[in-house]
Amino acid sequence: MATFRQDVEATIPALRRYARALTRNADTADDLVQDTLVRALRSEHLFHGGDVRSWLYTILTNLNRNRLRSLARRPSLSSLDDNDAPDLAGPEAGGRDIERALATLVEDQRNALLLVVLEGLTYREVAEVQAVPIGTVMSRLARARVQIKSYLDGERPALRRVK
Amino acid sequence: MNDRDSPVSEDELHAYVDGELPADRREAVAAWLAEHPEQAALVAAWRAQAESIRARFDSVADEPVPERLKLDNLLRSTRAIRRSWTSVAAAAALVAFLAGGTAGWMARGATAASPTGFETFTAEALDAYKLYVVEVRHPVEVPGSDRAHMTQWLSKRLGYEQNIPDLKSLGLTLVGGRLLPGPTGAAAFYMYEAPSGERYTIYCAKARVPETSLRYKDGERYSAFYWVDDKVAYVVSGPAEREKLEAVSKAIYDQLDKGDTKKS
Repeated sequence: MATFRQDVEATIPALRRYARALTRNADTADDLVQDTLVRALRSEHLFHGGDVRSWLYTILTNLNRNRLRSLARRPSLSSLDDNDAPDLAGPEAGGRDIERALATLVEDQRNALLLVVLEGLTYREVAEVQAVPIGTVMSRLARARVQIKSYLDGERPALRRVK
Repeated sequence: MNDRDSPVSEDELHAYVDGELPADRREAVAAWLAEHPEQAALVAAWRAQAESIRARFDSVADEPVPERLKLDNLLRSTRAIRRSWTSVAAAAALVAFLAGGTAGWMARGATAASPTGFETFTAEALDAYKLYVVEVRHPVEVPGSDRAHMTQWLSKRLGYEQNIPDLKSLGLTLVGGRLLPGPTGAAAFYMYEAPSGERYTIYCAKARVPETSLRYKDGERYSAFYWVDDKVAYVVSGPAEREKLEAVSKAIYDQLDKGDTKKS
């Protein structure tokens, strides 16, 4: 049991990073991490070995999905506005571009991309987190990269109109 | 056909960028890319994307972990919430101390837009507080004098037995209550008033958010204590005067605790 908690504790910095990239807001991200940890601690007895890290990523990814769904039910704010919210981390211009590009991705594609390039999970691990075959992970990754490239190559005017 | 000559698929290019190829194939793809500038540019673009994502977010993992995310504190506060107000308040004080440095009471749209379940819930509660607390003529739908009817009505609408706290010992009279839309269904809203005119409200509803550590939010003009107990979430809001609000929250917490049997 002590090992379980040590493993959880050791993963917190990475969870915060993943959550920050998913939400692009420091407080929302930490709330997400907190809810993830509370849930993990409560489900400790359900954990029978395996990779704690992947399990935590799975919980966080699912909680974020719920969060986005409940946001979608709120009519007042678009995701673009969300992205315009001030970020405490004070991004430089380059960081801002990649944040906006990430915001244009479909959720599953964004999750897959971040888990691979930011969190360093293998395709197999991402497949477990997302509960899909590896082929699906790869096509999500491919589509995410196409979308980000075309966004950064200058399709921003089209997105402006959505707003 | 050896590895070097076999065609390279797009999947392989991704796997190449992500270090998922076996060593021999990796060399073959590298050699192939040297002769295919268009695909090489694509690979470079993907790598650049990954680099900017890491450049933007990697540093988050180097930040010190906030106190509220440390396991010891989480374990303590999730246990404490079941035990007694005293230990809960201690956890809350800790959270308040830390929250002070960050965003404070993150009212405004940004909070309402971004939250986890709990954030949504408190944002709704604060909105209701701000909206109705200034109302002179119609702050509530059912007056406090009609407590029995209000209890019956709101119990029915919220789907669990309402236990409306009596705060006379603190000099607060029940102004009344109203039904409000909450993030996941009906919410009840009760308002209390001090002789000096200050108002305190309780916003509560069944919540799908996990039973979680109690938090205290501190703002310039309003503050709130909030917690989840037995699948019901509570937010107590009032003027930003910590000691008073804490006393009010404690009284409410104690009374709800005694009435707990009704809920389960």
